Amino acid sequence: MIATAIYAPDFVVFCASTILIIVGAVGVISFKNPVHAALSLIMTLFGVAVAFVAQSADFLAAVQIIVYAGAIVVLFLFVIMFLGVGYGSKVDVEPLVGQRGFAIAGVVITIGGLIALMASSHWVTGPTSVTGKLAHGQANVKQLGTAVFTTYLYAFEATSLLLVIAVVGAVLLARRERATTRETTDEASNEELDV
Amino acid sequence: MNVPAAWYLVVATLLFGIGAFGLLTRRSALIMFMCLELMLNAVNLTFVTFSRTMSDIAGQASVFFVMVVAAAEVTVGLGIVVAVFRRRSSTSVDDLTELKG
Repeated sequence: MIATAIYAPDFVVFCASTILIIVGAVGVISFKNPVHAALSLIMTLFGVAVAFVAQSADFLAAVQIIVYAGAIVVLFLFVIMFLGVGYGSKVDVEPLVGQRGFAIAGVVITIGGLIALMASSHWVTGPTSVTGKLAHGQANVKQLGTAVFTTYLYAFEATSLLLVIAVVGAVLLARRERATTRETTDEASNEELDV
Repeated sequence: MNVPAAWYLVVATLLFGIGAFGLLTRRSALIMFMCLELMLNAVNLTFVTFSRTMSDIAGQASVFFVMVVAAAEVTVGLGIVVAVFRRRSSTSVDDLTELKG
C-alpha cells in the first residue's frame, strides 16, 4: 500500500497539511502565553482543513474553518482577554515528581501501540460501501446533507437539544451573581421616577 | 494515485499523542481545553480518512456530530473556567485542591 506511485501535487498538499498540523500542535503545548497557544491552535485547525479538502470532504473543511477557527478559537481568545490571563501558566514547573517523564512514556507507548496495531492489520480493512459511493465536489455536500437529514435525523435533532442546553448552561455559569444588587437598583430607579 | 490512507492515520496518531501529552503536563485549564481540541481533531482526521478509503459517507457524518459536541463542550467548559476564575482569580488546575485529603 505504501509503495504505490503517488501523484506529485497530492504529495505536496499532504506535506503542507502535515507541517501545519504538527507545528501548530507543538506550539499549542509549548507556548507560555495562552494567546499564542490559541493562534497555534488556528494553525493546526487550518492544517486539518487542508487534509479534509485533500480527501474530498469539502463541506467539513468549510465547517472546520467557520466553526472551529471562526467561532471556537474566538471564544477561547475572548475568555483569555476577558479574564486577563497572562503568563500565569508555568510551563517549566513540575508539581508532581516525574510527571513529565511518565507522560512522555505513556504517550510514546500509546502512539507506538496504535501505529504497530494499524501496521499489523494492513491499516484499513473492511468492506467498502456498496450502496452509496462517496461523491466529490458539490455532490459531496448534497450527499452529506442527505445522510444527516435522513439516516441520522434523530441524532441531528438530539444535537439541537444539546446545543440549547449548552448555551443556557454557559449563560448560567458565566453570569455574575447580582440578584440582590438588581433589587436595590430597581428600587433606586423607582425612587428616581417618583421624584 | 492519491496519498495512502496510512500516512494520514500516522499524522492523526501523532496529533493525538501531542494533544494527550499537553493535556497531561500543562496546568492551565484554558491550554488543557485547547489540547482536548487537538485530540478531537485527530479523531476527526481518522474518521475522514476511513470515510475516503471505505467510500462511505457515514464517517463524514460522524465528524459533523463530533464538531457539534465539541462546540457545546467548549461553551460549557469555558463557562466553568470563567466561574472558577471569578471565585479564586486563577485558571491553574493545581489551585483546585478542596477535595485533597
